[in-house]
Amino acid sequence: MGEIRDQSDYYLLDPQLIDGLISALRGLGYSVIGPVVREGAIVYDEIESAAQLPVGLRDRQGPGHYRLEERGDKAFFGFVVGPHSWKRFLYPPRVKLFTVSRKGEVTANNLLGRKMAFIGVRGCELAAISVLDKVLLGGTYVDPVYSAMRRDVFIVAVNCTEPGENCFCQSVGTGPEAGAGYDVSLTEVVGDGVHYFVARAGSDAGKSLLENIGARRATDEEVSEAAARMERSRTLFRKSLDVNGLKDLLYKNLESPVYAEVAERCLACANCTLVCPTCFCTTVEEATSLSGDVAERWRRWDSCFNADFSYIHGGPIRSSRLSRYRQWLTHKLATWIDQFGVMGCVGCGRCITWCPVGIDITEEAARIRQRGLEVSAT
Amino acid sequence: MAEQSLGAAAGLEPFKIDWCQVVGRAKETPDTYTIRLRPLWRGGIAFNPGQFNMLYAYGVGEVPISISGATSDGQALEHTVRAVGPVTRALTSARIGSSLGLRGPFGRGWPLREAEGQDVVIVGGGIGLAPLRPAIQYIIKNRERYGRFYVLYGARTPADLLYKRDLQSWRARLDTQLLVTVDRGDEKWRGYIGVVTTLFRYVRLEPNSTYAYVCGPEIMMKFTVQELKNQGLPDERIFVSMERNMKCGVGICGHCQFGPFFVCKDGPVFSLSEVSNFFGRREV
Repeated sequence: MGEIRDQSDYYLLDPQLIDGLISALRGLGYSVIGPVVREGAIVYDEIESAAQLPVGLRDRQGPGHYRLEERGDKAFFGFVVGPHSWKRFLYPPRVKLFTVSRKGEVTANNLLGRKMAFIGVRGCELAAISVLDKVLLGGTYVDPVYSAMRRDVFIVAVNCTEPGENCFCQSVGTGPEAGAGYDVSLTEVVGDGVHYFVARAGSDAGKSLLENIGARRATDEEVSEAAARMERSRTLFRKSLDVNGLKDLLYKNLESPVYAEVAERCLACANCTLVCPTCFCTTVEEATSLSGDVAERWRRWDSCFNADFSYIHGGPIRSSRLSRYRQWLTHKLATWIDQFGVMGCVGCGRCITWCPVGIDITEEAARIRQRGLEVSAT
Repeated sequence: MAEQSLGAAAGLEPFKIDWCQVVGRAKETPDTYTIRLRPLWRGGIAFNPGQFNMLYAYGVGEVPISISGATSDGQALEHTVRAVGPVTRALTSARIGSSLGLRGPFGRGWPLREAEGQDVVIVGGGIGLAPLRPAIQYIIKNRERYGRFYVLYGARTPADLLYKRDLQSWRARLDTQLLVTVDRGDEKWRGYIGVVTTLFRYVRLEPNSTYAYVCGPEIMMKFTVQELKNQGLPDERIFVSMERNMKCGVGICGHCQFGPFFVCKDGPVFSLSEVSNFFGRREV
């Protein structure tokens, strides 16, 4: 998927062509997965047409707050990110690894074969997929499940023209524009009587898809208008994470009093880890048939906030909420860098939105920094 | 059990189970057994002292267990298991001739090559002697490659001492100084009484030509490390074997994190200099 930078690689899609794009991908054998409204939130699920997209809706987010409301226009992607991330399709919440018979025959769960097209992948989410690629494919051992699910994924990215209240992707360098790794990217231009998408191909497959659905070349004016929307988007961020020297700062302040203060609010509910697009921890369960002739090994998402996560004989290593929050925050923002060469946080803000008590990772990191400076000043 | 390649269809390689036959089972203490496992089809039993395997009891589950040795005929691996939960109870009660699953060996073991030409002090606490045993066997087998050799071992009571036959044979060697202590003696106990760190009274280490390998409960390792530092050993010469919850053994499940490390693939053996910011810190 080489980067194509030629101006002639910008295409124009009318709103109806989004449906054409979805149909074309389905025609190529892809299961198309995109944003839909379920139970008052925008989540990701299989779709058959653009009519299923959350047209005209926006999400209002805050710490521990999420509401959908009407935008007053017909925008297709006029919202940011909800509780789901693409992780659930690449690294399923619960998956059977294999079956073992009493005689010892082991049968792998064959996960190959599903081609998936993701519609509406934001910059932060594209970065999250790239993080998971490093974690699950880039080491000595490759995760067989992720590797099978990731094999044939077509990515239609969407550049965010309006960041959400909890978004801080700009400060961690993952948005609001989607970086490398997409097949097609879309910038939606809506309002003042116009509605179109400026599309860009990020791969040969993306280019031929755009050609095949009959997208015409975008004019210079259309490309400039899309660029102006992105320029404006960059001025709308309300949150940021100061990543400068953050790893060393956190390593130096493992006993920061901030952790004890967070622990007084943190419920250890694990929501932040479940909505996080990069959290990859799992546990395994053994399931046996009633007759005992067959045993299955299932893997499911786990969380470092669960009490038994760190259990060894005698008790959990991290029995306090303080230590579990510290584990999570330092993993995201510091130890991840030593482990995988990138930060584990992509700035999507989900952990802030879905925390029942509204703990804000950007605020806590800033407070640890502030307290650390105060201590070293005295 | 026929040769099965779990990964054949979908490449499930790191989770692929190899079957082993239980060919021996020795009771070490009232709740601890050493089981001997002969791989049914694998090429060999090669491992590095300090590494571990994931052992699987059919339908019950899988746990990480240190490799505590190999039989002298090279046909079977030994694992010393304390029955404390459903899986370890299933492993310790597996009948001779039955099968257990095995994945491994995993992790980084003791730096035995690096310590050649040097003195070595091994300090074990309780079942922490298990991953040290193959290192002790290796050093004794290649005794001319090492300088002075000390083994310090502590257990709660005489009944809790592992490998009693090994202890006798190591004690009989003139080229190995074995010191054993128990927290509480009984009427027959004639040896040292006290925690393992009290044995440092009886050894004088050369700080710049000694390697120390330590394994036991974290609190025991913390105080042992202090004793080694008191004798002047630099952090780079002190090695500890860490214990954390493990599910996958290959750095994917996230459970065994210890600071920036995955104990399963970066450890379990670490030099103190690598982990100094995290070792001895509570709840990391």
